[in-house]
Amino acid sequence: MSEKKSIFQLLTEKPWEKDQIESDNKHQGQTLSLTKQKLGLRTVMAASTVLFSLFVVAYSDRMLVSDWRNMPEPWLLWLNTGILVISSLVFHQTTKYAKKEIYDKTKNSLYFIGFLAYSFLIGQLIVWYQLMHNGYYATSNVANAFFYLFTTIHGLHIIGGIYFWGKTTSKFIKKSLKKDEINNLIDICAVYWHFLLAVWLVLFGLMLSS
Amino acid sequence: MSDEYEHKLEAKSDYVADTSSVSTPDIDSVPDAELPDQELYHSHSWWTTYVFSQDAKYIGIQYALTAIGTGLLGLVLSWLMRIQLAFPGLGWLDPASYYQFVTMHGMIMVVYLLTALFLGGFGNLLIPLMCGARDMAFPYVNMLSYWAFVVAVLVLLASFFVPGGPTGAGWTLYPPQAITAGTPGSDMGIILMLISLILFVAGFTMGGLNYIVTVLQLRARGMTLMRLPLTIWGIFTATVLAMFAFPALLVGCLMMTLDSLIGTSFFMPAMVSLGEKLTYEGGSPILFQHLFWFFGHPEVYIVALPAFGIVSDLLSVHSRKTIFGYRMMVWAIVGIGALSFFVWAHHMYVSGMNPWFGFFFATTTLIIAVPTAIKVYNWILTLWRGNIVLSLPMLFSLGFIVTFLNGGLTGLFLGNVTVDVPLSDTYFVVAHFHMVMGIAPILVVFGAIYHWYPLITGRMMNEALGKVHFWITFIGSYAIYFPMHYQGFVGVPRRYFEIYDSPYIDTSTLLLNKFITIAVLIVGAAQLLFLYNLFASARLGKKAEKNPWKANSLEWQTPQMPAEHGNWGKELPKVYRWPYDFSVPGAKEDYIPQNQPPSEIIGAKVEKT
Repeated sequence: MSEKKSIFQLLTEKPWEKDQIESDNKHQGQTLSLTKQKLGLRTVMAASTVLFSLFVVAYSDRMLVSDWRNMPEPWLLWLNTGILVISSLVFHQTTKYAKKEIYDKTKNSLYFIGFLAYSFLIGQLIVWYQLMHNGYYATSNVANAFFYLFTTIHGLHIIGGIYFWGKTTSKFIKKSLKKDEINNLIDICAVYWHFLLAVWLVLFGLMLSS
Repeated sequence: MSDEYEHKLEAKSDYVADTSSVSTPDIDSVPDAELPDQELYHSHSWWTTYVFSQDAKYIGIQYALTAIGTGLLGLVLSWLMRIQLAFPGLGWLDPASYYQFVTMHGMIMVVYLLTALFLGGFGNLLIPLMCGARDMAFPYVNMLSYWAFVVAVLVLLASFFVPGGPTGAGWTLYPPQAITAGTPGSDMGIILMLISLILFVAGFTMGGLNYIVTVLQLRARGMTLMRLPLTIWGIFTATVLAMFAFPALLVGCLMMTLDSLIGTSFFMPAMVSLGEKLTYEGGSPILFQHLFWFFGHPEVYIVALPAFGIVSDLLSVHSRKTIFGYRMMVWAIVGIGALSFFVWAHHMYVSGMNPWFGFFFATTTLIIAVPTAIKVYNWILTLWRGNIVLSLPMLFSLGFIVTFLNGGLTGLFLGNVTVDVPLSDTYFVVAHFHMVMGIAPILVVFGAIYHWYPLITGRMMNEALGKVHFWITFIGSYAIYFPMHYQGFVGVPRRYFEIYDSPYIDTSTLLLNKFITIAVLIVGAAQLLFLYNLFASARLGKKAEKNPWKANSLEWQTPQMPAEHGNWGKELPKVYRWPYDFSVPGAKEDYIPQNQPPSEIIGAKVEKT
């Protein structure tokens, strides 16, 4: 029973009617044709999107007050952004390798993604160090505080991603899962990577444009 | 069960013309399962069975007991506050402790009792059972969710023991006063409160993830969304709300923690405190209010929607009648959930907003009354000509309808800006929100506990004790909150730790304060009766037969009651109908469980709604 129904169709079913009873009895008990991990990830991404949107709203509101002093964007941030873009692209390619069962390439690109993720985090820490070295402390202006807050929350999301990347990679190398299951996990990590890239682009764009 | 129905086989079927064979595989048949059965974690030791349990049923009970334990502290705090208010000359509490108790009472009751109990407690217990799943989708994450909640509670309680005590900023925690010297607990207390809330949100997000995925993806075969009991609809929608609303609290908490700990100025404006200019500048306290209420108003419905759902099922089961307007009830739940994100600023009418802004929020607030009223009408119409059994769950449900109606009507007053302005910050507000989101949901909690107790323990709770508990609680709450409406009308302000004889305060207020306090102590004592009943009945209660209330929903149809690990034995249940087939004409019994095959009830003609 994988026929697609819109939410309005679902909510207007009359479960007591004869025809409906017949088709309902054939229902498999799943609303969306997604694995539970995929739906779980979407739920988490929805909640994270709300979280980041509220940060953006708070930022835009606080920006209007006259004490706001813009912070310089170090060139290293562009490099970090580049790293994130590349890792997203590589992850996209990895899902294709995994589907074609090219074991070596999948493994190597998974390692490469991990390397890029750690480099991104280290890069962000270096940006922090540079900024503090130049006197842009969180307390000196609220624009700086927002920058540190954004990068921290985004970084924590990346760390969460690295945790699941690690689990997926070790499962892939141990070959402890069936092909579908491991591809499912790799897909999920890839989607999460694209999501974090999108979040970063929005946050970085916001800070650039203000 | 099939043998009970065999003599009915000559009767004509509503579904099939041919009734010649005994068990017609045609009408019972369900396509083979396309999805694999869930793999379960099996515990091996005492620790993983009872402490770090991954079984949703245990986690639900753990959540419920932790929440009720914390709620008891909130109850005791309310006694202490009331004694202070009744006898102002006594010097029972100093102002600082009074504010601390107000704050902790509010936060504990709203977040750590009601939210945790409805979603963590009833959610974990009922979602897998009512959907026909073996367990939650991610049992390990579910276990983490509970333990994050425990740590959150411990951090909250720890704030009683730090220098300066817990925060006394009011449960809304408005900056700047929450983190400025002069407010009780402005150093350590508020930090612990914020950390505790952050932990709670983190824990809840893990739980909510489970509830959403389980309800959507792990139901039994034949269980469409529109065949779900309204309890699940309520809990599910509330979880979705929580996933969208709690991030706002998280953002507010994180930014205020930074303001307090390292001195950023997200919310803190330039200000002078104790004669010294503080280092803060430019922050916006109103921004925090918006963030807080963007969480805070959906929070009201996070508590109310599960209560709506549960009460619908209790009313239907205990009046042996189909719920009136099932689809309308679902739409109302979903509609209220959606609208609840557009009303938050009605908590901020006196914060100095543009009148048009207030007009917008007054309008949305009144619109949300429409689906809510539909629900109340439908509950009453469910009772209409029903076979009402005045069992304990029914009594509490009836109490809920009246109380919720009462609280809802005063909400109409407060939702209008012009009426709200003079009533704002008076006892009228206190009375309103205690009626609508204190007493009303708590009555549902009690009803639900009396109803589902046999499902957990296999025994019934004592009926006589329960009735005493109900009448004292029900009448007592009116004795407490009706006078408060009046006090609000005569202008008694809330959050004053001492109200004594003065030209500005009516003498009747003082008398009423004493009366209310006596009622509070009696109602509080009646809860001890409930607790005794709750714990003693687990040992001494009458043994419950299987499905003691003759309900249709799946949680009562497990092979064993209480359900064992994995809930369903070898075979997952198959669902053939919705859970509201009560008193169906032609059926032998007055209820048809959701998983009873059509061949066993051939004579029954399902009522057209």
